[in-house]
Amino acid sequence: MKLQVSHSPHVRDKATTQSIMLDVIIALLPATFAGWYYFGIRAVLVTLVSVVSCLIFEYISRRVMKRNNTLYDLSAAVTGLLLAMNLPVTIPIYMVVIGACFAIVVVKQMFGGIGNNFVNPAIAARIFLVIAFPKAMTSWTIHSGAWYSFKSVDAVSSATPLTSLGASNEPSLWSLFIGDKAGCIGEVCILALLIGALYLMFRHVIRPWIPAAFIGTFFILVFFFGHTNVLHFTGDLTTSSGWEMLFHECLYMLLSGGLILGAFFMATDYVTSPLTVKGKLIFGAGCGILTFLIRYYGNMAEGVSFSILLMNILTPHIDEWTMGKPFGEVKENAKA
Amino acid sequence: MSENKMKDVTYRSPDERLAEKKSKYTPKYIFLNGVLFENPALRLVLGTCPLLAVTISAKSSLFMGLAVLFVLTASEAIISLLRNVIPNKVRIPAFITIIATFVTIVQMLISAYFPALNESLGIYIPLIVVNCILLARAETFASKQKVLPSILDGFSMGTGFTLALLLMGSIREILGCGTFFDMKLPLFGSVFEPMMFFMLPPGGFFVFGICICLVQMIMKKQEKHSSGKGTSPCGTSSPSDCLSCAGCNLCKGKEE
Repeated sequence: MKLQVSHSPHVRDKATTQSIMLDVIIALLPATFAGWYYFGIRAVLVTLVSVVSCLIFEYISRRVMKRNNTLYDLSAAVTGLLLAMNLPVTIPIYMVVIGACFAIVVVKQMFGGIGNNFVNPAIAARIFLVIAFPKAMTSWTIHSGAWYSFKSVDAVSSATPLTSLGASNEPSLWSLFIGDKAGCIGEVCILALLIGALYLMFRHVIRPWIPAAFIGTFFILVFFFGHTNVLHFTGDLTTSSGWEMLFHECLYMLLSGGLILGAFFMATDYVTSPLTVKGKLIFGAGCGILTFLIRYYGNMAEGVSFSILLMNILTPHIDEWTMGKPFGEVKENAKA
Repeated sequence: MSENKMKDVTYRSPDERLAEKKSKYTPKYIFLNGVLFENPALRLVLGTCPLLAVTISAKSSLFMGLAVLFVLTASEAIISLLRNVIPNKVRIPAFITIIATFVTIVQMLISAYFPALNESLGIYIPLIVVNCILLARAETFASKQKVLPSILDGFSMGTGFTLALLLMGSIREILGCGTFFDMKLPLFGSVFEPMMFFMLPPGGFFVFGICICLVQMIMKKQEKHSSGKGTSPCGTSSPSDCLSCAGCNLCKGKEE
C-alpha cells in the first residue's frame, strides 16, 4: 500500500472566495432593495455607480500592477455594495466614484489586494468621505413617497434619528425597525438586514460572536450609562411602562444609525477581524465600547464606522494575544 | 573622524586622487543624492514634523523649503570650514550653535519683510534648529568633507527637501482648497467640492505616504535599470559609500 504524506490542511471545504462573496451579496440584497424602496431611483443610481466603479478600479489597478485579474472573486462588488449602503442618497455622484477609488486602489490594491488590506475598504472609504465632504455625507433625507423621483429635492431633509432622541420628531421604534427614517441607503431597514444576517449565519459564512459581542456590549453600556440609565432611573419599575421607558433608549440606539449593518456585515469581514473565538469577542466588545463612547461623548452623531476601523487596526495584536497553543505544548516555566 | 582629517592633509599620489574623485562625490552624484537617492524628506524620512505641518499650502511649503535650503547650505559651509577645529566630543553643541545662528538670521529676515508668512509658518522656523536633516548632514557630510562639496551637498539636500515640500503642498492645496499659490482653480467649488480631508493631519500623512511610494517606485525602476552595473539600491557605487549613508537601510542584507 502506498501512503502519501501531504501538507495540512487535510480537511477541505467546497467554499471558495467567490461563493462566500456571492453569499454576502445575496444577504445584502434585501437591505439594498429596502433602501431603494425608501429612497427612490437615485438610490439605485448611487448603488450601481458604486459597484461598477469599484469593479472598474479593481480591474485597472490589477492591470497596472501587472497582477492577475481578481474581478471574478466578487470581492470588489461586495465592497462597492457595502460602500453604497453606507452613503446618504443625496450624495453627488462624483463623490461616490472618489470613494470607490479610495476603497479599491488605496486601501485594497496598494496593500496587495484581497486578503492583505489592513482595514475594511468600504469602512475606510466611508470615513474618508465623511472627513473629506462632511456636509454632503451628513445631509440626511427621509423619503417623501415619490419613489420614482430622480432628484431628491422633494424629499424632506431630516436629522439622523441619532440626534433626535427625545425630540418632538422622534420616530417610533417600529418605524426605525422597518426603515421609515433618515439615514444611509443600506442601514435604514433593520428587518431586511436581520434577514440577510440570518442567511449568512445559516450558510455558516459568519459566526455570531462578533455581532453578539458588539451589540451586547453596546446594549449594556447604554443600559447602565445612557441618558435614561438604570442607575439613575426615577420611573416606577413595578409597572410595565416603567420597564418600557427604561429599555426605550437602548432599543432606540440599537435600531438607529449603522449599528446593525456594521455589526453583521462590516465587522465580520474575514480579513480584518480576529481568528479565534476569544479574539472575536474582544474585537466585538471593543467595537461596542468605542461606538458607545463616540455616540455619547464624541462630537459626531455616528461612531460605528470609526469603531470598526480602529478595531480593524488592532486585529493583528488581538490575534497575537489570543493565539491558541498547539496541542501538547507545555508552558516553559510550568512545574512538572 | 581623526583618520579623515589626516587623510585630507597627507600626500596622495595623483592616481589615488583620481580614483577617489571617480569613485564618489562627483558634483553630479552629490546633487542627485540630495534630490533623489537620499532625498531627506521622502527617502530618509527626516524633518517629518515641519513637513506635515506646513504643507497645507504650496506657498508656505515653498518658503519653508527655501528657509531650510539657506540654513542647510550656510551651516554646512561653516561646519566644513571648522571641521578641523571643532573638538570631537562637543561637536553636536557646536553644530547646533552654528545652525541656530543662521536660523536666527532667517527668522529675523522673515519677520521683518514677510510678517504674514512669519505668522503662518509660526514655530516651525525656529524649530529648524533641531531639524534632524541639518544635524544629519552636519554629522555625516559636512564634518568630514571639504568646503565645496559640503556647500553643494547642503544646496542639493535643501533643494530635495524644498521639492518634496512643494510637491506635497501643491497636492494638498489643490485637492483640499481648490487653489494653487492662492489662485483659484477652475472647476473647484462649482463642479468639485474641495476635500477637507487633505487639509487635516490624516490627509497630510496620506499624501506623505503616497509621495514616498512614488519615489520608491522611481528608485526601483532606477535600480532595475542600473542593476547590470553593480550599484547598490541607494545609488552608491561601492560598499564603502554605504558608511556615509546614514539612515538608509536599503543596503542591509544586500551587501553580502
